[in-house]
Amino acid sequence: MTIDLPVIWAAIIGFGVFLYVALDGFDLGIGLIFPFFDREGERQVMLNTVAPVWDGNETWMVLGGASLYAVFPVAYSILLPATYLPIVAMLCGLIFRGVAFEIRAKARRTQHLWDLAFIAGSAVATFAQGVILGTLLQGVEIRDGKFAGGAFDWFTPFNLFTGIGLTVTYATLGCGWLLMKTDGELRRRMGVLMRPLTVALGVTIGVVSLWTVLGQQAVAARWFSTPNLYYFLPVPVLVLACLAGILKALRSGADRTPFLLTLGILFLGYTGLIISIFPNIVPPSLDIWTASAPHSSQLFTLVGAAIVVPIILAYTAMAYWVFRGKVRADDPGYH
Amino acid sequence: MNVPDTALLLARWQFAFTVSFHIIFPAISIGLASYLAVLEGLWLKTGKLVYKELFFFWSKVFAVGFAMGVVSGVVMSYQFGTNWSGFSTVAGSVTGPLLTYEVLTAFFLEAGFLGIMLFGWTKVGPRAHFVATLMVAVGTLISTFWILSSNSWMQTPQGHALVNGKIVPVDWFKIVFNPSFPYRLVHMALAAFIVAALLVGATAAWHLLRGRKDPAIRKSFSMALWMLLLVVPIQIAVGDAHGLNTREHQPAKIAAIEGLWETEKGGTSLNLVGWPDMEAETTRYALKVPHLGSVILTHSWDGEIQGLKSFAPEDRPNSTIVFWSFRIMVGMGLLMLLLALLGLALRRRERLYEARWFQRFALWMGPTGLIALLAGWVTTEAGRQPWVVYGVLRTRDAVSPLTVQQVGTSLMIFVMVYFLVFGTGIYYMLKLMAKGPDLPHDEADEEAADTGRGKERFDHRPLSRPTEPIDE
Ligand code: HDD
Ligand code: HEM
Ligand code: HEM
Repeated sequence: MTIDLPVIWAAIIGFGVFLYVALDGFDLGIGLIFPFFDREGERQVMLNTVAPVWDGNETWMVLGGASLYAVFPVAYSILLPATYLPIVAMLCGLIFRGVAFEIRAKARRTQHLWDLAFIAGSAVATFAQGVILGTLLQGVEIRDGKFAGGAFDWFTPFNLFTGIGLTVTYATLGCGWLLMKTDGELRRRMGVLMRPLTVALGVTIGVVSLWTVLGQQAVAARWFSTPNLYYFLPVPVLVLACLAGILKALRSGADRTPFLLTLGILFLGYTGLIISIFPNIVPPSLDIWTASAPHSSQLFTLVGAAIVVPIILAYTAMAYWVFRGKVRADDPGYH
Repeated sequence: MNVPDTALLLARWQFAFTVSFHIIFPAISIGLASYLAVLEGLWLKTGKLVYKELFFFWSKVFAVGFAMGVVSGVVMSYQFGTNWSGFSTVAGSVTGPLLTYEVLTAFFLEAGFLGIMLFGWTKVGPRAHFVATLMVAVGTLISTFWILSSNSWMQTPQGHALVNGKIVPVDWFKIVFNPSFPYRLVHMALAAFIVAALLVGATAAWHLLRGRKDPAIRKSFSMALWMLLLVVPIQIAVGDAHGLNTREHQPAKIAAIEGLWETEKGGTSLNLVGWPDMEAETTRYALKVPHLGSVILTHSWDGEIQGLKSFAPEDRPNSTIVFWSFRIMVGMGLLMLLLALLGLALRRRERLYEARWFQRFALWMGPTGLIALLAGWVTTEAGRQPWVVYGVLRTRDAVSPLTVQQVGTSLMIFVMVYFLVFGTGIYYMLKLMAKGPDLPHDEADEEAADTGRGKERFDHRPLSRPTEPIDE
């Protein structure tokens, strides 16, 4: 029996992208809810909760991009031209946000401008990621192994809506994270904001799911044929349970539950996405085997990944452990 | 392929623009990370306060530069897909895995320990903190290893086969350790150290000129000059060896660098200056030194060097560009050597901290490391044209199926965003450097201050006072 390298790689990349969405999701989310918090020192506390880890979070995206490039170069060279402008927008958003992290704390006269850079950068990056996600769900026109669509194919109502959807998702994650990492008045106000965000998240998930199913025959067929329906049914049921769980936890004042349950919802949504497109990597016609790099490239890279990824996970966990606990305004810090 | 020429040109401009901005920050990060590790090591060993002051000061500058390196680098890694999908489809099987190894072994290491290095003072003990600093420094060097392996493979490809027009890796050892890689790796790593040493030296010179002569300033001036004295001569020797190697593998590049059109018999002369004219196939206003070309490039009196005319016109790199970029790099290198030697002479006479003309010279030399670095890359990359993968894939066939509008718009956006964000970022870095390290408090507790760990130690250090803003 030969090992099916493309499947292993699809799993690794899927895992990496999920970690990215979960980790950078909450730190982008902080930028998204920045506008609601403007009292003395609040914003700096919010930033300090992620300052030591944001760079590592973003690296998962770099890994996703690089390994797609390494092991599925065909998918990489189709998907990126297809979403050209959203990618450029995302990169510019990340530039503004990344630099604002460092400089905001050191600036005073121009601090409000860096706040703006942080907010707008996070919002643009998130929205663009949502649009890219939508494009992937809807499919890309391919001819002779090349992207054959137009420069604005990604500009559809559905994709714009997934942009909004991802914005709501990240904002909820960010709010949940801060609920866990702050205390006092700031934490109380996070709790107030978390409730409407959770409701909005539920609504968006519902709309995106319906829209996908109604708009795409293939996806509908996959979900609603028996016996698939019974295997997949737990996904929507669990999403509802998580939403209810968050609202309940907010009432009881739990610290971590809302964040963890939001992560749970994210995971379920992500599973739903994979169910909808697998084994395609760029729907509707490019599957992971056709998109693959030569065997020797996949094997060479797999050796590295198998050895190094566990080590990365270990020291990343250690970094989070070092910076565990609540962050307060009077903490001795670096800035 | 039916991509318009303008789109190709714009895509090339976009790559050149974004990578040239990017490399400025990695060079500073690589150099400063190692400098910081040395400073922290010295502080742990000797307990002297100057090292600690310098460490905290340079770590602030480092943090700003690093953030800009990260975000500009992310742009680079996606550009292979957006603008160069022909390149990713054909050569992604080689450059992709190398980039992935870089992410796995370097980027995560840097990012994972950076948080502890910058923010972890009160959270971990001094030794653990030192380990974090070391990891960041090592990470930047590992990153250099992989990305230069990838770039060198594009210059001197080997270890692959061509199957159905696509590159298939055969021997990874040969790919990673391709012929130009050792030279390029050493040359680039040293370039980064030189960049940092010149910046540290110029900052110290600036403060000396304004009358600040406290130990931290003097120490950093002295360290920078020792470093240059050690590294610049090695860099020149490595550059020389690099050139010999290039003559063997990319003769057209060397001919273009030298503005050499005819293959001269019995010893090649060297054009010191001149203006290579691609249309007229000659180098105008050339100032020639007989035999010097052979001496430098073959290390013999009458070694032969192929002229540009022995290559088909469509295989020639643009000699006008690389002729001058190369001379700028070498010129800067010689000036650095002069700086280092003058420093040594003044040190002998104990006038290092007094000679104002020398400090002014050191100040002006501050940016020359970056200038030489960029000039060197332009030589290397423009000299590889018209190939992306030398002799295998032409730049023309590497570009994505794009429209002029797409590349034009994105180029315009990048230019605006880069100048706005990185422009202000660089301005803040300069502001930080101009402020200098915190003034020492009591000279008396110089030795005693740093015995505690965690919270107590933290209270002693100047940074626990809120730092003043840098934009006022
Ligand atoms: C000689 C060194 C060198 C060179 C030639 C390049 N880089 Fe770079 N790069 C680094 C050295 C470096 C670094 C020192 O590792 C950086 C700089 C600051 C930093 O954070 O890491 C970095 C950051 C960096 C990042 C962000 C890493 C993160 O998320 O932490 C990416 C994705 C790239 N680079 C990609 C590239 C690509 C695609 C290049 C070629 C076109 C390139 N770099 C040239
Ligand atoms: C970091 C320092 C670097 C600088 C300053 C630099 C500079 C340049 C310049 C000026 C060009 C345009 C050449 C021309 O069109 O005439 C170019 C092209 C290119 N470089 Fe580099 N480069 C660097 C590193 C790299 C690395 C590390 C890689 C790959 C791993 C790389 C890959 C490419 C590619 C794919 C092109 C194709 C576009 C083209 O040929 O125009 N470069 N680079
Ligand atoms: C003064 C003597 C020097 C000589 C003879 C020299 C020689 C060379 C040569 C021949 C190349 C092109 C190699 C190729 O493309 O195949 C090169 C590239 C380069 N040089 Fe220099 N160099 C010198 C000084 C410097 C200095 C002082 C710096 C920076 C501080 C520097 C930075 C670079 C860089 C970054 C590259 C591109 C990457 C590479 O190919 O290594 N060089 N150098």
